[in-house]
Amino acid sequence: MDGNRTTPILTRRHFIVTAATAAGGLMIGISAMPHLARAASVMGQPWNDDTAAAHEIDAWIVIDPDDSVLIRYQRSEMGQGSMTAVPMMLNEELQADWSKVRIEYASANRNHREKKIYGDQNSNSSRTINGSQVLVQKVGASARERLIAAAAAKWGVAATECASANSVVTHKPSGRTLRYGELAAAAATVKLDKEPAIKTPDQFTFIGKSQPRVDVVHKINGAAKFGMDAQVPGMVYAAVLQCPVPGGKLKSVDEAVVAGMPGNPVVVKLADAVAVAAEGTWWRARQALARLQPEWDVGEAGNTDSAQFFREYRAALDGPAKTARKQGDVDQAVPAGGKTFEAVYETPYLSHSPMEPLNATVHLQADRIDVWVGTQDAYEATEKVAKFAGLEAEQVYLHNSFVGGGFGRRDVSDEIAHAIAVAKVVKKPVKLIWSREEDTRHDKMRPMAVTRFKGVTGADGMPTALSIRTVAGSIVKAAGIPLPPNGVDFVAVAGLAGNGYASIPNVNVDYVMRDTHLPVWWWRAPGQNQNIFALESFIDEMATANGQDPYQFRRKMLAGKADWLAVLDAAAEKGDWGKPLPKGTGRGIAICDDAGSLCAQVAEVTVSPKGELKVNRVTVVMDTHYIVNPLSIAEQAEGSVIFGLSAALYGKIEVKNGVPVQGNFDTYRMVRLAQAPKIDVHLLASGGPKWGGAGEPAVPPLSGAVANAIFAATGKRIRSLPIMDHDLSGST
Amino acid sequence: MITLTVNGTQHQVDLEPDTPLLWAIRDAVGLTGTKFGCGIAQCGACTVHVNGQAMRSCSVPIGGLDGANVTTIEGLSPDSKHPVQAAWLAEDVPQCGWCQSGQIMAAVAFLKQNPAPTDADIDAGITNICRCGTYERLRRAIHRAADLMKA
Ligand code: FES
Ligand code: FES
Repeated sequence: MDGNRTTPILTRRHFIVTAATAAGGLMIGISAMPHLARAASVMGQPWNDDTAAAHEIDAWIVIDPDDSVLIRYQRSEMGQGSMTAVPMMLNEELQADWSKVRIEYASANRNHREKKIYGDQNSNSSRTINGSQVLVQKVGASARERLIAAAAAKWGVAATECASANSVVTHKPSGRTLRYGELAAAAATVKLDKEPAIKTPDQFTFIGKSQPRVDVVHKINGAAKFGMDAQVPGMVYAAVLQCPVPGGKLKSVDEAVVAGMPGNPVVVKLADAVAVAAEGTWWRARQALARLQPEWDVGEAGNTDSAQFFREYRAALDGPAKTARKQGDVDQAVPAGGKTFEAVYETPYLSHSPMEPLNATVHLQADRIDVWVGTQDAYEATEKVAKFAGLEAEQVYLHNSFVGGGFGRRDVSDEIAHAIAVAKVVKKPVKLIWSREEDTRHDKMRPMAVTRFKGVTGADGMPTALSIRTVAGSIVKAAGIPLPPNGVDFVAVAGLAGNGYASIPNVNVDYVMRDTHLPVWWWRAPGQNQNIFALESFIDEMATANGQDPYQFRRKMLAGKADWLAVLDAAAEKGDWGKPLPKGTGRGIAICDDAGSLCAQVAEVTVSPKGELKVNRVTVVMDTHYIVNPLSIAEQAEGSVIFGLSAALYGKIEVKNGVPVQGNFDTYRMVRLAQAPKIDVHLLASGGPKWGGAGEPAVPPLSGAVANAIFAATGKRIRSLPIMDHDLSGST
Repeated sequence: MITLTVNGTQHQVDLEPDTPLLWAIRDAVGLTGTKFGCGIAQCGACTVHVNGQAMRSCSVPIGGLDGANVTTIEGLSPDSKHPVQAAWLAEDVPQCGWCQSGQIMAAVAFLKQNPAPTDADIDAGITNICRCGTYERLRRAIHRAADLMKA
């Protein structure tokens, strides 16, 4: 089965971006100094149809006699750079010549057959790095020691007299050398008495130096193969229309109306959707689908709308709740000279909207299924495919592709289920593509939430009590994860229960689980992406009402927390906190910990007298504790700011008659170049026991920083998103 | 039958005239570097050059294109060394990459009209969406490409 094999493009023109580490400091520079340099590579097609190769040292590493090295990367590349960073970690130990390294995806099929030799294969929750680090360091170290052992055996010397670097093993006393390519076959048979210890961070020589991402060369010339680019001989194209009210069912559809249309369209009825498969082009399938007038059974959900949802959520603030955190007594008397605060914050449903709409191509045969898809979890998707197809996981060949954006959406596999259902009927290979409208409206949404804060500040203006109650949908329930004994969805309250502000003596955090018929799912920085907006805005309310500087106010609340203060201080300094600004321009600050990392941001905005808002600049400081590839961490921070800004300015999925209203980018708006602020990113690496993630932590602070900046510029407090729904005219 | 010259090669395309150029390129010609993002001329992922003009191919029916010259990302340069591509590499622009063929094709056409653009020119002239948010690097890459083209 090599229907989709493409000509490998082995370009080796790369640029390197060097990282200059500030002498003696922790701040990592990311200055772009491009010059031609040696670097590893990947092919335009990231998967390999074969699951094993000659010259394997083990399942992870292949070294050919000509010294070329293949490293298998077990997770996904969706732009986050891990296809470069994870092999960098492996190579920190392996000590291969990075210019001779090629990278491909590890096979999920093999992972199933060989007892999870590659471990987990998911790329979510910003854990690709911290979930791989120990494993791939061990893999690299073991291979290196076996190469050294093979050389030592050839020379008849002790392995301890040998060292390796740059794909060469050297016998130190005699100066003799052997190349990895000469040793690989013997190394593959070496059994070590004891697996070597992995390097500690102080021993790293390669990790931490910016490397250009290996996938980028194929993303400037159309060579990178994404799921939607699969081409299988004899395939038909399929378009799908799901019940407009999520959760509804298909009642009936008159198939006769597509008869005679181009491409011999075939109508396929699914439980909650109707699909059309056509020959020749996807457009034909889409045209035929558009002619269908299906009848749906939408149930009670068909009478609902967003305004009603928000009313119900607000009402639920006064109903029963579960306790997430309780400390001291929030109801004790307000201290003399103190103040009380109360505010309700609201955030809507959001769609993930990855740039590549969901799609899957499948070739279903009696004893085997091939699937071409971009997924965030090739292992789990393989299990699901087996179930959908009625086969064993070992019979599933999932060719994971470059992923055209994930953000948490691409691990549900509902698009694969559709493609398999159609393939069962048409009995041909099928490429099924969701339209943008399907992708937006049938997303598994970021939940909506209504959150009420009650705060008390003492005579010194600092908080003495904070009581938070949030009503929000449950991703944890949607994902089938058991709730902890306190009944609280820990994702729904993420960030609310702490956020470093341990200095408040009396704290209550409550949770009310409330869902609608819209399904919810992990959306970049789940929970935090809305909670930090609300919390950091409310903190700002207390600070400004007490005449305190929002930055200094947070400093006092974070007293004693050196890591938080370092991030906050750096953001204030780099973001020019306190420097004079013209009228109508303001700065806001926000901070959070997410995915094991800390992130603070300073946003600068200008609001015109007519109420036009421009976000001029965002300064990001992120402490991921360790840094593998500074360049891709900086890129993730930049991208997170824009992702957060689209949500803050424009993001909302409304519901009318049960139907998600926004369907395409004309109504579900995105930040474009004209709205994109200048972004400066500064990285810290404070070390410690844990490696933090980088894909998400710069999302949550953005909306809070921007909203607080709007308050500084206008005196208007933004208590609901998106900001475009607020009239800022006449405020400056 | 509609005749299209795509990247210098003639193709006889046997599709309905209302077929958007995007699907003719992807499904009939078989070049997948041009991407589908929205289908309604909103995102620019499908941008190609038609007779030298940047167009959003999802919204251009092939019926009016008989005899047209189409350049896709695959045909931009034989060796991926067009100054815009070189600038994109130097600034490490793409993340997921899905929007980038369209961004590059839009930038190439834009720089022909504006060989020395300001930030404001770029903001007004390039309206493609990048969901990964690569705008900071994209803006720098357009300036870099302009410099490379001057040199
Ligand atoms: S796909 Fe053509 S503009 Fe979006
Ligand atoms: S790089 Fe992913 S959408 Fe632009």
